Amino acid sequence: MSDNVIEVRGLLKLYGATRAVDAIDLDIRRGEIFGLLGPNGAGKTTTILMLLGLTETSGGTVNVLGFDPVRQPLQVKRRVGYLPDAVGFYDHLTARENLRYTARLLAIPRRDAEKRISDAMESVQLADVLDKRVATFSRGMRQRLGIAEIVMKQAEVAILDEPTSGLDPHATFELLEMIRGLKKAGVAVLISSHLLDRVQSVCDRVALFNRGKIALMGSVVELANQVLGAGHPILVEASGIDIAGALRGVEGVQTVVPEGPQGSGSGAWRVIADRDVRAAVAQRIVSSGGSLTRLADLQPSLEEVYTRYFQEQRDAA
Amino acid sequence: MPRKPTQREGSPFTGLGPVFMKEFADHLSSARMMVLMLFVIVFGAFPVASSLQQLRTVTEQDSYLFLRIFTSAPESLPISFVFALNFIIPIMAIGLGFDAVNSEFNRRTLSRVLSQPIYRDALLLGKFLGGLATLAVALAALWLIVFGAGLLLLGLPPRGVEVARGACFLLAAIAYGGVWLAASLLFSVIFRSTATSALCALGLWLFFFLLWPMIASAITIGFAPSQIHSAEEYLAVEQLGLVLARFSPGTLFSEAVVGLLNPETRTFASMLPAQMRGVIPGAPLPLDQSLILIWPQITGLIAGMIVVFAAAYVIFQREEVRA
Repeated sequence: MSDNVIEVRGLLKLYGATRAVDAIDLDIRRGEIFGLLGPNGAGKTTTILMLLGLTETSGGTVNVLGFDPVRQPLQVKRRVGYLPDAVGFYDHLTARENLRYTARLLAIPRRDAEKRISDAMESVQLADVLDKRVATFSRGMRQRLGIAEIVMKQAEVAILDEPTSGLDPHATFELLEMIRGLKKAGVAVLISSHLLDRVQSVCDRVALFNRGKIALMGSVVELANQVLGAGHPILVEASGIDIAGALRGVEGVQTVVPEGPQGSGSGAWRVIADRDVRAAVAQRIVSSGGSLTRLADLQPSLEEVYTRYFQEQRDAA
Repeated sequence: MPRKPTQREGSPFTGLGPVFMKEFADHLSSARMMVLMLFVIVFGAFPVASSLQQLRTVTEQDSYLFLRIFTSAPESLPISFVFALNFIIPIMAIGLGFDAVNSEFNRRTLSRVLSQPIYRDALLLGKFLGGLATLAVALAALWLIVFGAGLLLLGLPPRGVEVARGACFLLAAIAYGGVWLAASLLFSVIFRSTATSALCALGLWLFFFLLWPMIASAITIGFAPSQIHSAEEYLAVEQLGLVLARFSPGTLFSEAVVGLLNPETRTFASMLPAQMRGVIPGAPLPLDQSLILIWPQITGLIAGMIVVFAAAYVIFQREEVRA
């Protein structure tokens, strides 16, 4: 068998005449973090529910760890952990009781279950509230409890639907650390989100959803090259010199444009080159008598890719 | 490409045990259960206490004296215990079931639970059986309290056949509760709002409890000939009235209870003189004959429970899990 944990071919979901998910192909490899991105209503959650066999497919095939979620949902659900959007737990029960219920549904032997529950709670730093009622938990704690459930389940694949929405920056950071922890444990992670910069920092590959179709797929850098064009952008800020004039002659430099809104006079310039030209640029500025105040490598931002892509879509329409 | 058969694998009852145990434990420890028990005791204790008071003054020979605790309606309070049960049980059952499924939606636990290796079948059936077991425990407790009070206050042990009839009555009461539990479960599947679901279940109960008897008799009168010339015509009209009234589970339950607890009952309709030949008025039937008499009522209750549950099941299977 190949190294893919999830293989989707021509997956289709129709609600009446609308194509919520329109013949998508998707492969998720063992041990990677894969991001499903796109605006609300683009078909991300529907795709996830079909992967789990919680919604019927209208066509196409899905293979999760060698099982078909339509015909063998129990086998799939035994091996895949799912954290729904705004996950809920039974408020009147404690964290331990909630996980114990899940453990019973999974038919984990009682003696193992207690150990696995406390280990899982340890791994998400909730061990101290194990016997507190979930009603007292904050949103971030609930999300972490959801991760603990996946850890306890010893899932091979974790599917997280909007795991960071509604969390404060600190809680988001902690949650992303836990997601990296899952990856280290060898779990393939599928994250759906619209919070791009957060997702960018953890994802190995992403797929951009648009109206039920996958518009773009690949690593963040690949997507940037595809949408923003190839090239190596850097940011230069210097005083006492005409930057655009000075840099035009540097080998490899393609364009030099002012950064930020026109006429804002920030003094910063965006330089696109076909390779890393930072050393040459620094040298040229200093030798031309300018004082270099800033020189930064610009990572392609997913946000930029996303905005640019949808802008192009709108312009084309 | 030929589509593969979509026969799903694995037992639909995988995980039924844990769901049942959780629902049962939740019900027993919930504040709602306390309120319902209080309600039952208040509404059940008065008829029982007053009928016991009256029965202590009875001096005539009555071989089924113990069963009279359930059925006698004292003058001071013209409600028998059985009549009280006729409306307590639906309220209990509705109270246990009206938010069974939609509260899982609203707490956003449904998709998480369904992503565990269980089918929806197990979830719904586990919830139903958990509620039914809770109802059975509550009714059995009530039944034991009434029997105990009878022992203490009448100073007379029940005969074996009275206990047997009492036990059958308990089973009929649980089946009656099952119908209403299934109905409230159905509403909890249909409506996302728990308040709407509770309102609809209570509305249905009020309809059957208050309105349906009037509607049934109005329809019967409408169909009756203007002048009744023979006993056959009269019986046909009466039959129509009975058939209509029996659409209400309350009627079925009352008839089953009357047949069980009043051993003299031979029929629920009128008897022709020809059928009365050889009958000793007021003589009790043996238990097996009483059971044969009420068998259609019991099967009707169980069938109603299954049909309503099946409807809830079908709707639940088609429902989208996303909130």
